[in-house]
Amino acid sequence: MFRPLIIIRRIPNIDFMGLHKIGFALSALLTIGSIVLFLVQGLNYGIDFSGGIIIEARTTQGPADLAAMRAKLDGLGIGQVSLQGFGSADDVLIRVPRQPGDDKAQEKAVETVKAALGDGIDYRRTEVVGPTVGHELVFKGVMATIAALFAIAVYVWFRFEWQFGVGAMLSTLHDTITTIGLFSLLQIEFNLTTLAAILTIAGYSINDTVVIYDRVRETMRKYKTLEFKQLINKSLNETLSRTILTVSTTALAVLSLFFFGGEVLKGFSIAMLWGIVIGTYSSLFIAAPLLYYVRPKGKADRKPVLAAPGAPQSPPMPAGPGSAAPPAGRSPGAP
Amino acid sequence: MLYFQTWKVILILAACALGVIFSAPNLFSADRLASWPDFIPKRQVSLGLDLRGGSHLLLEVDMASVERERLNGLVDEIRGALLDAKTGYTGLAVEGDHVSFSLRDAGDLNALHDAILKLDPDLQVNLTSGGVSTAKFLDAAVLARRRSAVDQSIEIVRRRIDETGTKEPTIQREGDDRILVQLPGVENPEHVKELLGRTAKMTFQLVDTDASAEDARAGRLPPGDELLPTADNRPGTPQFYVVKRRVMVSGDTLTDAQPTFQNGNEPVVSFTFDSVGARRFADATTSNVGKPFAIVLDNKVISAPVIREAILGGRGVISGNFTVQSANDLALLLRAGALPAPLVVLEERTVGPDLGADSIRAGTTACLVGVALVVVFMIVFYGLFGIFADIALFFNLCLMLASLSFLGATLTLPGIAGIALTMGMAVDANVLIYERIREELRGGRSMISSLQAGFERAFGTILDSHVTTLVAGILMFFLGSGPVKGFAVTLSIGVLTSLFSAILVTRLQIVTWLRRSKPKEIPI
Repeated sequence: MFRPLIIIRRIPNIDFMGLHKIGFALSALLTIGSIVLFLVQGLNYGIDFSGGIIIEARTTQGPADLAAMRAKLDGLGIGQVSLQGFGSADDVLIRVPRQPGDDKAQEKAVETVKAALGDGIDYRRTEVVGPTVGHELVFKGVMATIAALFAIAVYVWFRFEWQFGVGAMLSTLHDTITTIGLFSLLQIEFNLTTLAAILTIAGYSINDTVVIYDRVRETMRKYKTLEFKQLINKSLNETLSRTILTVSTTALAVLSLFFFGGEVLKGFSIAMLWGIVIGTYSSLFIAAPLLYYVRPKGKADRKPVLAAPGAPQSPPMPAGPGSAAPPAGRSPGAP
Repeated sequence: MLYFQTWKVILILAACALGVIFSAPNLFSADRLASWPDFIPKRQVSLGLDLRGGSHLLLEVDMASVERERLNGLVDEIRGALLDAKTGYTGLAVEGDHVSFSLRDAGDLNALHDAILKLDPDLQVNLTSGGVSTAKFLDAAVLARRRSAVDQSIEIVRRRIDETGTKEPTIQREGDDRILVQLPGVENPEHVKELLGRTAKMTFQLVDTDASAEDARAGRLPPGDELLPTADNRPGTPQFYVVKRRVMVSGDTLTDAQPTFQNGNEPVVSFTFDSVGARRFADATTSNVGKPFAIVLDNKVISAPVIREAILGGRGVISGNFTVQSANDLALLLRAGALPAPLVVLEERTVGPDLGADSIRAGTTACLVGVALVVVFMIVFYGLFGIFADIALFFNLCLMLASLSFLGATLTLPGIAGIALTMGMAVDANVLIYERIREELRGGRSMISSLQAGFERAFGTILDSHVTTLVAGILMFFLGSGPVKGFAVTLSIGVLTSLFSAILVTRLQIVTWLRRSKPKEIPI
């Protein structure tokens, strides 16, 4: 068997805490910028949220001539019709705003578009969404995100200490806000699928943070006397190899989605790519340094942490104050 | 830790084998599967409409209009009750969710209260002699009515769609007053929408031959009558009819309706009443020979033939300028029954079959490329242990597909994205374990104790990180809708299966390898 490639042979000694103020400043900038972008420029809501009509068409004879199609669709009296290439040269995405009136009016607009474009076109997808549904979806989406953030924070709080919960929630909030900022900046269509991406980013980011927090907690127990900044640095450096490898495998999966998953998943993949980068960054430069400011006590004699059902519980540690405790072992409860 | 009891080994292997067996049908076409013997599992992942093509309609039961209608009816009934009690009143009208009126003289309020309550026991009546009196339906009654209306609507929608011959339609309640209809393979839902867009409430009512439509349109409508437009708008036929409000027979007593031809080639609909309807129809026609009666569908007069003789057999024919298609549709609607409330289409999505096929191809390619990249990556960075992780990943993929097939979960394009993503994230557990082993080795521990510590210490971290992702997944499932749900399903299942495969399957392989080849050092 050949030797595996080891990227980090010796545990590095990067001074993450020394960089944390730059990180905080950068993140503050990104967060504020995202909020400003969101307020000023807003999001490019897809019809899931705004209501309206979307038609995906493919020309059957040669590539689509967008200019000619645009000319045909102008002045039909159905509002601002927008046309956009969609993947291959044959594919066009036609957007028609929500028509005033009922369901029949929407249907008529679809017919009008099809009649104006004439023959030689294959209609691959037609979606008509009413405005009430759109508003509900926005509401549901926002609620799902808030609930997810909250539930995750509570879980981390139970498993660790409240300080960790606060740090995890803040860094995840940061990731979520900046992802929305990216959507606003690039004007990528914001639809239900991208909403799923944002929730997954929250999940991924917290996942990454939890791994690091886990190590911080362990180091706190092992090295009672270690200065807190050093303690965080040590934890981050020790987990750095894992951080890099996991980011890589996840990024590989998302990159293949981006390149091969088709047009519909493009927005989702972009969001996820950004989420992986920002999620990792925030674990290193936001979530971990935040602990320095909230200072969890990490007391060994704290009541046993609540575990998920079936999870092993950390045994209370027999360490006296100041003494170097033996390595914090988890109970060998793995099934 | 580095020892497995035999029963555990058997369980793990059995789970893996089941995963392979139950995921295997997804590799074959449905036709091929059908030719297999029955004991082989054949269940495949059911594909969402975005992958197989079809129409998705979100309908809302428009209860507001029904309640409005009901209040209007209540106004008439209260008017009658007030007239019977010889009580003067002013300003009798519907106002919001109640009927309001002012009594002119304070008579016996209690008796009047009882009289109004007799109209409908679900009423809440508030009478005052001086100010405004009100009558409204109890909230609980309105709610119960709404619920039963939605249930009934779902049933009628199902019957109507079944009648059209659509294969494997899904019709389910969504939220309080919505119905989600999914029609696989339907590329043009216009016809279905048209069928669902009609309440199809049919009644037979006598035409009031003493009143003229012109007078009625000018506002001189005799009491107990109503003015209805005609559905047949050929020139030369009357545009409106004045008909008696009292319903002779209603369409819910029909047992059958079939399209047929009359006079050679005129499409008509023949119908059959049940015994109750037949009796009523016989009575009504016997006492009204020579008079016209109107066949009313959704408040439009289809036709108004003259009763030539008493119809005693409980059978009849509706004629009225039908085409073959519209006669077919009417017969279908009458067979399926009337909707309790109109349906409004809130959302309509149609995906053509070739776009669906393209999406499947793109999604599968993305998944396979993603998995291949991760597999290579793990081998490059962990050597033999990377292969162990890859084997675990393979079983993870099988288990995911098997669970999806077994649970009957619907796979959508975002769901495929969920699979690809889970593959990338699943090896995180392996990475955590392996990095920990490396660390312990570097710390000077022996080979065996490093392996042991690696698994033990990484476990807590893996559990925490998986549970947090699972929390996000479960919330997405319950709070999200459509694509979000599809994604949440695969993500959550993936988290659970990867917990099993990355920890147990990997460990089993390493333990077996240790026992078999008795290595001096770990190639990690």
